Amino acid sequence: MTERFTSRGFFGKRRDAGTDRADRIPPGQYLTDGFPVLSAGPTPQIPLETWEFTIDGLVAEPMRWSWEQFQSLPSRDWTVDISCVTKWTKLDTRWHGVSVDDLLAAVEIDPRAGFLTAQSYGGYTTNLPLTDVVNNQAFVAWQYDGAPLEPPHGGPARLVVPHLYFWKSAKWVRGLRLMEKDQPGFWESLGYHIRGDPWREERYSGD
Amino acid sequence: MDDPLMLDANAVAGDLAEMFGFDVSGSVHRCTNCGNQGAVATLLAYVHGPGTVLRCCICHEIVMRWVRTPTRIYLDARGAAYMEMGLS
Repeated sequence: MTERFTSRGFFGKRRDAGTDRADRIPPGQYLTDGFPVLSAGPTPQIPLETWEFTIDGLVAEPMRWSWEQFQSLPSRDWTVDISCVTKWTKLDTRWHGVSVDDLLAAVEIDPRAGFLTAQSYGGYTTNLPLTDVVNNQAFVAWQYDGAPLEPPHGGPARLVVPHLYFWKSAKWVRGLRLMEKDQPGFWESLGYHIRGDPWREERYSGD
Repeated sequence: MDDPLMLDANAVAGDLAEMFGFDVSGSVHRCTNCGNQGAVATLLAYVHGPGTVLRCCICHEIVMRWVRTPTRIYLDARGAAYMEMGLS
C-alpha cells in the first residue's frame, strides 16, 4: 500500500518541533485549527436505510452498495493535510474510510474511462481524472476524528482527495460515474480550475 | 430547514449590482424549477463556499450562482426563467 499522504503527515509530525509545518502549507494558504464549513446549499439529511453508493458509467456492470455493505468494505484510518481554495489549510486531519482503489476493484472498468464525476446527494458534482484517485490517493470517509462524519462536513460519507483543493472532496457523495472525457463539475464549470492542485495554485480556470 | 450558512440575498447585493449595473435586489425573478415569482432579495444565499449560490425560497433549487475571480465574474443564471427590472 502506498502511504503517500499518511507519510506526509508522519514526516510532518516527526519534524514538528521546528518550523517544518510551513513546508506543508501550499502557496497562498494560511493554517487553521478550525474546520470551516463551506456549502453551496442546504445540508441534505440522508437516512442510512436509504443511503447508497454506486459506481456506474463506463463499467461493464454498475455496482451499488447499501450503507451496511459499504461498512463491510476494507477500511482504515487516514491522516492527511487538506487545503481549501478559500485559502485555509488544515494539517493532520484524521479520517476513517475506504480507499477508492477498493471501490474501483469491485467493477470492471472500460479501458476508455479516463475520468470520473463524483456525484452527491443534493446535486453537487466534481470531476477528477482517474489518475488522481487511484494508488491510495483518495478515499470515501464516514468518520472524522474518531466520530461519525457530521452532515455539515459531508456525512454520512464524503469523498476525500487530499492532494487537490477541497472542493474536489465531495460532501454527501453518493457515487462515481466513470467517463471517457473530463466533464467540468459544479465549480469547475463556473470559473474554477479543472484539476485544482494547491501546490500549483490551480485555483481558477486559466491558472 | 436549519442551515447557518444561509443568508438573505441582500448580503450579496454588492456583487449583483456590479454584474447588473444597478441594485436588482427589488427586481422580480421567476424560478425556472417551480415558477415562483418574487423579489431577488427573497432568494436564499449561500456565500461561504468557493462561489455564491442563490436558491429559490420555495423549492430550494439554484436560481443563480456565480464565482468571483481576481479578474472575472462567472455567472450561471439558468435557474432564473426571467427577470423584470424597473427603469429609473
